[in-house]
Order: sequence, then structure tokens, then C-alpha cells
Amino acid sequence: MRAILKKCYLWLIFIFLYAPILVLILFSFNVSRSRGNWGGLSLRWYGELFQDRAIMTALGNTVLIALVAAAVSAAVGTVAAVGIYRLKGWKKSFVMNITYLPILNPDIVIGISMMILFIAMSFPRGMASLIVSHITFGLPYGVISVLPKLAQLDPQIFDAALDLGATPREAYFKVILPQILPGVFTGFLLAFTMSVDDFVVSFFVTGNGVANLAISIYSMSRRGINPKINAVLTLLFIAVAAMMYLIQRRLRKSSREAV
Amino acid sequence: MTRDNLSNVGAEMIRLVDIHKEFDGVTVLDRINLSIAKNEFVTLLGPSGCGKTTMLRIIGGFESATTGDVLFDGERINDIPAYQRKVNTVFQRYALFPHLNVFENIAFGLRIAKKDVKEIRDKVQSALELVEMLGFEKRTIQSLSGGQQQRVAIARAVVNEPKVLLLDEPLAALDLKLRKEMQLELKNMQKQLGITFVFVTHDQEEALTMSDTVVVMKEGIIQQIGSPINVYNEPTNIFVADFIGESIILEGRYLEHCMVEFAGQKFPCVDIDFAPMEQVDVVIRPEDVDIADDPAEGVLQAKVSSVVFKGVHYEMLAETDDGLEWMIHSTTMAPIGQVIGMSIKPDNIHLMKKETKGPEVTAS
Repeated sequence: MRAILKKCYLWLIFIFLYAPILVLILFSFNVSRSRGNWGGLSLRWYGELFQDRAIMTALGNTVLIALVAAAVSAAVGTVAAVGIYRLKGWKKSFVMNITYLPILNPDIVIGISMMILFIAMSFPRGMASLIVSHITFGLPYGVISVLPKLAQLDPQIFDAALDLGATPREAYFKVILPQILPGVFTGFLLAFTMSVDDFVVSFFVTGNGVANLAISIYSMSRRGINPKINAVLTLLFIAVAAMMYLIQRRLRKSSREAV
Repeated sequence: MTRDNLSNVGAEMIRLVDIHKEFDGVTVLDRINLSIAKNEFVTLLGPSGCGKTTMLRIIGGFESATTGDVLFDGERINDIPAYQRKVNTVFQRYALFPHLNVFENIAFGLRIAKKDVKEIRDKVQSALELVEMLGFEKRTIQSLSGGQQQRVAIARAVVNEPKVLLLDEPLAALDLKLRKEMQLELKNMQKQLGITFVFVTHDQEEALTMSDTVVVMKEGIIQQIGSPINVYNEPTNIFVADFIGESIILEGRYLEHCMVEFAGQKFPCVDIDFAPMEQVDVVIRPEDVDIADDPAEGVLQAKVSSVVFKGVHYEMLAETDDGLEWMIHSTTMAPIGQVIGMSIKPDNIHLMKKETKGPEVTAS
């Protein structure tokens, strides 16, 4: 009896968490335009989705922003992580804390403060401001994915490379980088996911009609919920879920290696 | 701190001049002066924290001395970075590159030096041969045992044909049997390669087995430099006597030429560098105490209080009437409770200048 209750409890939580998404996915295949009536299965909205130029442009923007922001976050984050790793004592914990802060900082705060900053600097708002802001909140993920990889390294390995004639630069590229590469890639995936996922920051910092997927869905929904939105959100959910699965698998693998 | 005659050792290779090293205001090396010759096997020996590894890292270029100079083949190399020094290091836990296989680990230095493919192949091959690891080229580092990793680490260092090989406690992680084998192999390798080895260890037996010269260190200061026989038979102070091998250290008084008094008895001895009535420390090795079943045959009488069989010899503790405990290593056994006679030959009594306070008896 207890066991059954426990299982029910678990399923209730799952239903609570996933029912909205399941309904969304279900209705993305609804032939009817109506939100309340079920008219039968169809891929109609997916077909229309790919014909919709605004959505396709927004999708392109989203992918471009995410790729650039994730690449920069991973690269700069890696260099920063190496720097933090070599720090000692209070300096290390201080720099780590200010690195982690943006992760906990509410999106609305990041969004509005960046908007104000861009306006104050007369920074062109649009694609450039979107990319810069996405790097801002992606960077900490680059750092935190690489730091544990560095901590796992044999501290003598860098000296060993120098000992064999490698310059410090060669030692980083030929010895340290190959070993922290899995962490760099995890950082890239996390930053990419965060970027695709972002609406609030993007909404505040964009301009000149440049929109990513989240912004264009938001503006579409203000004109009434078009079933195309269901389709695009379903695809977005699947994409993000796939990324999370990849990241989880990588983290599991690396924690196994650490043992 | 004199050094005795050394055979097959060439001209000077490395000289440390007045090296002083501080970490955050704490002195770890003090007034270090050391000359290491070409082709010499030098061991830096001391307990952990004595500064021996720091000294090795200064020679390797991984640390710089706070003051003092490092000379290499007559040239001052203080400002030459590690990657330009003609020394290679075998690190404590090997520090092999886990993302490269055995061949690529060994080839690393040669690739950095941009040697051509054929030369790299030949040199890696002969390095593998030297460490008896032929056939392991494609293996990953993770698939090797500790002893095999050790060999790869040695091959990776010597393949670059350094003039000096630095070894930082390279055998510490191996089990006893393997360690003994590697000690002899390393010694042979050193002769075969004809290069200088600077070896760091805290294991006194290892130091005595392998070295031409042993440098005994304590708290950042060199205590004694000498051949293994020299530091064993003629330790300069209590620390060296106690650290190298086991010894009985007693308070004594130099009476007159070749005559010393300790444990309430007079003993003839061979040391002559002392003034009459000078207080001295007397060092006696446990294996140099001769015992006799008949108490009357000995100069001292003591009652056996413990006997442990150690394989080749028995390790016994015997107590004299005045409460001093003597450690004795002997191939003949006296049972617990028996009163035995003990005597010591003149050349087995080693006298040292007095350096510490109150009476002290060390039996281990």
C-alpha cells in the first residue's frame, strides 16, 4: 500500500510538471485552429510554420546568437577558469563569487541593466546587443564547466610539459587544453541552451526589429494564440530537452571518470 | 662537511651558490652550497619538509631562489626558464599525459623540438628498450601498472638526452620488491647513459644503495655531504646518525688520546680530534655491539628485555643497571631475562662534537 502511494505521489508530481507541455505538444498536432476543440491529428501547423518567414528569420537569429554567444562564452570562460584556478586564497573565492553571481541574478535585472548600459553607451541595439548580452549570462557557465576539469588535473602535468621543452603557451595548448576539452564543450552546450532559452534579457536589449524566437513568439501571442506557436514551442522544447540530455550524459561520464 | 674521493666522476656540472629560498616569509632553504659533478649520482636525503624537493625544483627551473645562484656547466642559469634548461625530470607521481599513448608521451619532448619523424621513432624505440617496455607503444597510460608508468616517465625524460636527470621521489609509489629492483635498474641506467642523476628521497636505505654522494638535509640546511659509507660511518651530528640507519647515541666524555668514557666505562677509540675532558656524543650502530653469554666477557652488562626475529638478525633490547637501553642487532640470540656481556671495538665507536642539551638515549 505504502509503495503504491509513493508511486502515485511521484506520478502526480510528474503530471503536475509535464501536463502543460503534453497538452501543448498534443495541440501542435491538432488540425483545428481552435484551442478547445480537438479536430484530429495533422502536421498542418508544422508545414505552415516552415513557410512563415518571420518565424524562420527569428529561428535563424536564435541559432546564430546562440552559436556565437556559446562559442565566446566557452572560449573566454576557459581562459578565465585557468586564471581563477591559478589564483590562491581570498582572491580565488572572491573572483569565483563574482563569476557565479550572474547565474543567480534575475534575468529581469540583467536585461534592464544591460538595456540601460547599451543606451548610455549608444551601443547599436539589435543583433550586436543581443549577442553581447547573451555572452554576459553565458560566460559563467563556460567558467563553471571548466573549473572542475582543471581541479582534476595532476598539478605537475604543466611542469612536466615545461620540463620537456614546451613553452607555457605550448603547454596550455598541447597538454592542458586536450584534457579540459570535455569541460569546454559542456560549457558551450550550457551557454547555447541558456541562449536559446532566453526571452527576458533579449526582450529588453533588442532593437531595430531584430527578434529571436522567444521574442517573435511573444509578439505573435499578443495577436492571439496561433497554433503555429504550439508547433514552434514543441520543437523548441524538444531541442532544449535534447541538449539537456547531452549535457547530463557528459556530466555523468566525466564524474564516472573522476572516480 | 667535507666530501671524500669519488671514483668515475668528472668535472663540475651543477653548482648551487648560497641558495636561500623563502615561501611567504618562511625559510625553506638556507645557505645551500652544493657542487654536483658530471656523471655523479647525487641523492638529496631528508625527512619530508626538509627542502629537498624545493632544491630539485630550483635546479629544474620550476622555482627561483630568493637569493643565490644556480650554475650549470659553469654558466649562471637563474633566469633561464625551465623549458630552456638541459635537464629533465621524473616527477613524483610521474605526471604522464593521460590523453596521449605511451609512444606519444615519450615523443612529446622530441616533437616540441621539431625532430624529424624517423629520428623520433628511433629515439623512442631505444628509450623503450632502455626501460624494457618495447611493445607498449600503443597502450594508454591508464592501462599501465604503477611500475610501468614509472618506466614510461623515465623514458620520456631520458629520450631528450639531458645532461642531468632530476628524480623526485620516483620510487615512492611502488611496492617494496619493485622498489628494490628499480633502485638497481636506475643505478645501471645512470652508468649506461653516463649522465648526472639528482635523486630526491626520504628513504635512507634507497639513498645508501644508489648514490655516489648523499646530501643529508634537515629544515632547509645541509647537514652532511659524503659518500654512503662516509655518512653512515661518520655522521657529523646526532640528526644524521639517527636518520641514517639505526643508532645508539650516548653522552660521553673524551678522556685522553684515543680513550673515551661513556655508560660508566672507559673505552679505547680511534677518534683524535677532541680535547681532553671534552663532552662528546657517542654513536654506536646496533650491529656493532658484540654480545657474549657470559657477562664477565663484556665491558658492560645488560639484561635482555625484548627479542624480535628480523630474518637475517635478531633485534634485541638490553638494559644496563643505570637504566640505559641498548639496541643490539646480532645473529646470535640471547633469551629475554638473560644478563649478557657487551663490548664494542674501538673503530666502531664514533664520536661527535656535542651540540645538544641534556642526556639523551635513542634506541631506534
